[in-house]
Amino acid sequence: MARRLGDETLRLGTSGVEWAADRAFRLSAAVVLSAFAVLAAIGMLSATSGAAGLPVAGVIEAVFAQLPVLGVESSLSARQESILFQIRLPRLVLGMLVGGSLGMAGAAYQGVFRNALADPYLLGVSAGAGFGAVLAIGFGLDLGWGPFGAVPAAAFIGALLAVSASAAIARSSGSAPATLLLGGVAMAALFAAAQTYALQQLSETRAREVLSWLFGQLNTSGWGQVWILGPYVLVCGLFLMTHRRHLDVLRVGDDEARSLGLNPSRVRFGIIAASSLLTAAAVSVSGLIAFVGLVVPHIVRILVGHSYRVIVPLSALTGAAFLAFVDVGARTVVAPSELPIGVITSFVGAPFFVFVLWRGNATTT
Amino acid sequence: MTASTRLRAPTVALSCRGLKVAFRGREVLCGVDLELGAGEWLGLIGPNGAGKSTLLRSIAGLVAYDGTVALTDGRVPSARDLSLVPQTPLWPSGMTVAEYVLLGRTAHLSWLASESRSDRQVVASVLRRLSLEDFAERLVTNLSGGEAQRVVLARALAQQTRIILLDEPTSALDLGHQSAVLELVDELRRSDGLTVIAAMHDLSTAARFADRLVLINEGRLVADGEPDSVLDAGLLSSVYATQLTVRRLDSEIVVLPAPRTHRKHLDDQTGDRRTNDNSHDGNRQEST
Repeated sequence: MARRLGDETLRLGTSGVEWAADRAFRLSAAVVLSAFAVLAAIGMLSATSGAAGLPVAGVIEAVFAQLPVLGVESSLSARQESILFQIRLPRLVLGMLVGGSLGMAGAAYQGVFRNALADPYLLGVSAGAGFGAVLAIGFGLDLGWGPFGAVPAAAFIGALLAVSASAAIARSSGSAPATLLLGGVAMAALFAAAQTYALQQLSETRAREVLSWLFGQLNTSGWGQVWILGPYVLVCGLFLMTHRRHLDVLRVGDDEARSLGLNPSRVRFGIIAASSLLTAAAVSVSGLIAFVGLVVPHIVRILVGHSYRVIVPLSALTGAAFLAFVDVGARTVVAPSELPIGVITSFVGAPFFVFVLWRGNATTT
Repeated sequence: MTASTRLRAPTVALSCRGLKVAFRGREVLCGVDLELGAGEWLGLIGPNGAGKSTLLRSIAGLVAYDGTVALTDGRVPSARDLSLVPQTPLWPSGMTVAEYVLLGRTAHLSWLASESRSDRQVVASVLRRLSLEDFAERLVTNLSGGEAQRVVLARALAQQTRIILLDEPTSALDLGHQSAVLELVDELRRSDGLTVIAAMHDLSTAARFADRLVLINEGRLVADGEPDSVLDAGLLSSVYATQLTVRRLDSEIVVLPAPRTHRKHLDDQTGDRRTNDNSHDGNRQEST
């Protein structure tokens, strides 16, 4: 509130230049509130759709009843409550965390590579993370404590290997936007092959289990996966949020950024590490979900502009809403069976990728 | 507010000692020694590929070099000490002029901080100073050449450095805009006590604005001094490998290619020399 009052006085008391300078790179509260509103609406849609119908009012009451201070009574039956809290909500929250992670990581990759086609999946990061995770899951590496287990760690190592290799390929063979993607394609193919080889070494039941995870899915029971992903989202999300200012400086190119007093390599290293860790954690719990990191920042860019101060947080919110929405489709379109969510995002994402290429704005980051 | 944006009196001068730069084993600068007086306008001249840009870029810390670049207190200059106006700036799409100029505050922010109110006030006063008030909300991709040049200059001024490096700042502008931009730089230099180092293509323009000229050829400093002494027809002709004449018009020095024989005949035949001839004609007209 104080913030808004301050803006008003500034607007009334001074001329247009001050106002323009004050508005530069600012994220408007109205936009953030709308994004949260969309997210809440999709959350409600997700919580109420499915085989067992839950009433909207009942869901709201049941959620608020979790906070005893409010004194709200839930009107849902015990069975309905357990569907809501043990099945629907964990899956919804997990979908939002995964979608938010991928959206944010995509935005950050696009910023550091100054390439609007960058995406965790297209850069080979997901494949690298997937290979690491397959090794860890398939060979039953079950070490670690809480969320800091062998699977995310192995996925992170795979992700870093893949993104470093893609970036190195791009650097050594010219800086055209497509080169980075070609490097990513090469890495994705390499890691996919390694993955197939690793799968072959497993027993058939184990392999089937790993394979269904790999397609990208949010099948969970309870809150376990949410607790694994949550801490990574918190830490990496905070890192990317505090470093997004640097991405706007990088937009004038490395040389100018350096002459403005920014160290581009330092920024790049930190942001790539955080984005890759975020991707790896998301892949560890949900498998490979393609194109979210490409589609979401693009939509945000079209709707609210090109500054990364705006794109990074809004890609997180929009990614969360997008994946939660897609998951409603995955659960209901072929009910009572289910589609892997990664299949749907690819159905949406691949034509979108072609659309981006066709519009020719691959470098307009 | 003006107190925070106005620059303090210049005390900083810069010196380069034995500056060497090599790209892939080829020496681009072979040991340059250069002293820069505070408040001075130093013009770097020399043919294409002589090392003007490389010298500027190594002073700005953008290329690795051997030797030293130091301020009077011995520090290596940072983005708070000197700003660079690049030859061909990169224009990010969807960025407003105010946002672009705000990038100039980068060196004054700590790693995790964002711009404060005073940073934004610096931007507003710089925009006003360069008469860019009406452009503040415009996108940088929708500017004309002259406007764009003023916007890059505004970003450099928002950096609030005492030294400003210009890399052929006006090569893309027509004659009118060229001198308007350079006049502006000169005015800012005098009012704020800025020190200017500018790589300049056009020798007559260089003579008009610079207090001192440094002629570079093949990575070496060939001449250093007042425009009068550096712009010697014999020296220039050998460095540029073409016949040049130096004329004095009123108090200004003008460097011209030597008159060509069979001029009319050649004009009719060589269309690709047209632009060159036009500027030649322009200079001729000035002299009559």
